[in-house]
Amino acid sequence: MNFPLAPQQASTVAYFHDWVFYTLVVLTVIFTVVVYGMVVFFAVKYRRGSKVNRHQSHHENLVLELAWTVVPTILGLVMFFLGAKLFIQMRTSPADAEDVYVIGKQWMWHMQHSNGVRENNTLHVPVGKNVRLTLISQDVIHAFYVPDFRQQIHVVPGRYTTLWFQATKPGKFPIYCAMYCGTQHSEMGGYVYAMPPKEYAEWLKNGGNNIGEMTMEDRGERLFKVLACDNCHTAQSTDRAPGLAGIYGTKRVMSGGSAVTADDAYMREAILKPANQLSAGYANTMPEYNGQISEDDVLNLVAYIKSMNMPNVKGKAIAGQDISKGGENNKAGDHYRQTSNTALGNEDSRNLGETNMRDTGAAVNATAAERRIDRQ
Amino acid sequence: MSTVATPVGLPQEEPRPTTNYLNADNTIKGWLLTTDHKRIAILYLISITIMFAIGSFFAGLIRIELTSPVGRLLESESYNKVFTEHGVVMIFFFLIPSIPAVLGNFILPIAIGARDLAFPRLNLLSWYLYIIAAGLGFLAIVTGGFDTGWTFYTPYSSFYSNGQVTMAIMAAFIAGFSSITTGINFIVTVHKMRAPGMTWFRMPIFVWNNYTTGVIIILGTPVIAITLLLVVIERVFRFGIFSPELGGDPVLFQHMFWFYSHPAVYIMILPSMGVVTEIIANFSRKRLFGYHFVAFSTIAIGALGFLVWGHHMFVSSQSMYQGVVFSLISYLVAVPSAVKVFNWATTMYKGQVQLHTPMLFALGFIGLFVIGGLTGLFLANMGTDVHLTNTYFVVAHFHYVMVGGAVLGYMGGIHYWWPKMFGKMYPDAWGKASALLTYIGFNLTFMPQFIVGWLGMPRRYHYYYLQPEFQPYHIASTLGATVLALGMILPAFYLTWSLKYGEPATANPWGAHGLEWEIPSPPPTENFEKIPIVTDEVYDFDHIVDVHHGVATEGGDTH
Amino acid sequence: MHQYEDIDQQNESYAVGMWTFLVTEVMMFGALFMAYTFYRWRYAESFYSAHEHIKTWPGAVNTTLLLISSFTMVMAVHYTQLKKTKLVLQNLAATIVCACAFLFVKIVFEYIPKFQDHLLPGPNFHWNTKEYGGSENVAQIFYSFYFTMTGLHGIHVLVGILIIGFIALLHHKKVPAIVDDYMITEMVALYWHFVDLVWIFLFPLYYLIPK
Repeated sequence: MNFPLAPQQASTVAYFHDWVFYTLVVLTVIFTVVVYGMVVFFAVKYRRGSKVNRHQSHHENLVLELAWTVVPTILGLVMFFLGAKLFIQMRTSPADAEDVYVIGKQWMWHMQHSNGVRENNTLHVPVGKNVRLTLISQDVIHAFYVPDFRQQIHVVPGRYTTLWFQATKPGKFPIYCAMYCGTQHSEMGGYVYAMPPKEYAEWLKNGGNNIGEMTMEDRGERLFKVLACDNCHTAQSTDRAPGLAGIYGTKRVMSGGSAVTADDAYMREAILKPANQLSAGYANTMPEYNGQISEDDVLNLVAYIKSMNMPNVKGKAIAGQDISKGGENNKAGDHYRQTSNTALGNEDSRNLGETNMRDTGAAVNATAAERRIDRQ
Repeated sequence: MSTVATPVGLPQEEPRPTTNYLNADNTIKGWLLTTDHKRIAILYLISITIMFAIGSFFAGLIRIELTSPVGRLLESESYNKVFTEHGVVMIFFFLIPSIPAVLGNFILPIAIGARDLAFPRLNLLSWYLYIIAAGLGFLAIVTGGFDTGWTFYTPYSSFYSNGQVTMAIMAAFIAGFSSITTGINFIVTVHKMRAPGMTWFRMPIFVWNNYTTGVIIILGTPVIAITLLLVVIERVFRFGIFSPELGGDPVLFQHMFWFYSHPAVYIMILPSMGVVTEIIANFSRKRLFGYHFVAFSTIAIGALGFLVWGHHMFVSSQSMYQGVVFSLISYLVAVPSAVKVFNWATTMYKGQVQLHTPMLFALGFIGLFVIGGLTGLFLANMGTDVHLTNTYFVVAHFHYVMVGGAVLGYMGGIHYWWPKMFGKMYPDAWGKASALLTYIGFNLTFMPQFIVGWLGMPRRYHYYYLQPEFQPYHIASTLGATVLALGMILPAFYLTWSLKYGEPATANPWGAHGLEWEIPSPPPTENFEKIPIVTDEVYDFDHIVDVHHGVATEGGDTH
Repeated sequence: MHQYEDIDQQNESYAVGMWTFLVTEVMMFGALFMAYTFYRWRYAESFYSAHEHIKTWPGAVNTTLLLISSFTMVMAVHYTQLKKTKLVLQNLAATIVCACAFLFVKIVFEYIPKFQDHLLPGPNFHWNTKEYGGSENVAQIFYSFYFTMTGLHGIHVLVGILIIGFIALLHHKKVPAIVDDYMITEMVALYWHFVDLVWIFLFPLYYLIPK
């Protein structure tokens, strides 16, 4: 019979986490033993009728009170500090993390790797490499939870949340939905498949589980045309709509005068509900796509926009844009992904908002061109 | 065989008066239109026991279902409704009212030397509101049920769930008003109706705690009321307040919900701590150690309790900085509870400890609350909470404090004040058996759940086929639950039995200190012939006054 | 009242009780104000645009009506203390008239035009973005709060009318409990002042925000 007493340690963060956890266990045991000991000892020794010394039984003692106030406070503060440190580590995704996008919906998980490979309810990742998940829900609040990685985050409709991990050993690790989401909540599970990096690269190159996948950029490009975005967002002119090439990661001026960074959340909002944040110098003419396209589509569109070549427009300055170095294949990356538009504050944004040249951009586009296969 | 400890020094009791609050006006109208706080307490006792039975039935279904990774007794949809209804019934219709509405209503006025609460008719209204709410809740259950979880998270509850969500929310809403009226009554009573000489620092801790609970109630409950109302409005009228498709923010709901629901757990535990304080002092026959610290720690818990709600939301996408603040204060709010525990234990030092039934429940409280409170520290810790939140670890934690804590305190209080309320003693041996079975059964039920949660099993899960190795722990838990059920059912029998066949109780069968022990058991409707003038310090066992002979008797420790 | 030793204890208890109840009302409306504030902070521009449709004059009229009604309520308490029943009844009647006028203005000049303009949130909501600017979704949130908060306040006004009407009846019948002890009338007045106070916060929030 199998009686496990602890989950596997399969991620880098699990070690620090378990250290804090077991420290708490030790403290719990100590205090429990102390209190139980006191109670049992006194109940026996001072039971009614026992012949023991009961002289000078006091009913207050300031030193004792201070002692058992101050000591728990100090221990508590120490544990708080350790926990905060652990949390910050758990929530600060490293710069070199590979991106995977996750959409939760009733009652399944849909993953998209950044090169377009898709999988449902499974997540293939390389061992020893950082992976960053960007998650969003299509409907109600879910939670993405991998116990063996000690990571969990809510997956919320209407905003992105992120989660990162680095698997330390190959294997199959359960994924659970950990926020009640309806009838099949307990069936909304799956597995992370951690694979040695070479195997993972092979898997990814071969289209993952499906052969002939389109890249996200390809899908986004198709959507861009189908949804008629290119009617207004043309490469030739920025009269009707702001130019989109190179826009990602730049600072944009809004019609009210405020400045906003064009990060993932901004891009999503600009597509779904453009009237909420009008770019300076433009009227409220863009239709809302809220409810007409899925979160999947949003991610693909944004990926396409990120991959757009800078137009060769003479003369007219393009409002609100930073012209990035070199211009071609601008894949703006930010070092620390903004974790979310939070309900009551946005302070945890570590988004440096810089545009960052990535060589991989060129490679990806080239691969995309090679692999352009028309599906459906 | 008398299981009553005859207190040292108290002379024989005079013949008991024939009229008391129970048999005066024994008509239906006399009960259903009563304004006597004692009768209202009994009405609550009966209704709350019924709701507890319903909630326990659902608990039984859950435990049976979880013995298999793919339980076949219920469909998922039904299982989801069962755990939701278990939570809603137990929290809103059992735990929140329990001690204040039954023991608080009965004992608080007497303990401060008053004839009744400040607003007796408001008290009756409070009970009727509870009945209407409970009826509506029951109706919601039997006309389809609801499956949102007791936390009603949006947008699932406002836009996606099919079921009697609106009716269930309205039931909780009305129950909130029942709670608010009780809170108002307690606050005004403690401020304005204390007998001469009963200063704040001569009040029993039970009174302090119910007072503080009243303050928490009036500050917190209106917020959940309006929050739930907004969910209903969103659901019925399709206003888009919490719904992202319409620009709303689902996390805002969580902030508003937990702003009440965290202080709510202190509503549930503070009265229980008050009961435990009474029992420990009286069954150690010793003044409470550190009375002032215990009283102030109650205030501290009440105040700090309003500042920690975000520890339910560390993984909800709230910002890291918010999380840090909530985590820090959560660690601080644990300290006053620790202070209480140490003061209780030290009260027993050099006392005359008597392990009657109430004392066993009180000590059981300490044993289980300590584990529950300490495991809360795992969840207050931001880092470990990332792994443990939404798992069975949380379920185990809150059952340790809510059942091991609040319910054991409630049972202890019932057993402690039963002779006063009904004028009858129950057989102490049966009471002890119940306490022991409850303690052992509880640990067997919930200790395995810590493990299974640490292993990663999420809560609110019907199936757990991904990791069938969880099954042995669930089987152990269910076996424990049968022992626990036995422990909880026994009192229904021997307490009821005692009403008819129990040994008649004297005014002060435990030799305890407190104004309630100076009037007959059961008390007359007016409580006191004459409002007493208080001169004793609280829990002053050197002076147990025999009310009939007006003689101060030596009732303190002997050696 | 058998639970009280003397009339002073009773009156003090009533006062503490009513203030405690008002604390609960503050918490209830307060939660709505906080939620509104949060959304206003998040969607500032669209919220400004959403105000476009709110006309100031009905709000100003209603504020005046409520202030007058609070004054007449104070006078009613004053005359209760002086045991001048006729003047009590006149002032209570004036209070009720003002309160009813408030509801009339609100429903006829505010709610109904808004219903007609499809501003009641729900499936029929429509916001003319071209004319007023701002996003339709945010406008819907704004009006959700508008109707919820003014509606909840309106319900409190209605309840106030019923309670004041009831004590007016008691005064008219010269029921001893209400004639001998001014406290009950004063407690009702306290409730009414609170209702007025909530409006004093609602008014600037919804009507006076600069564009």
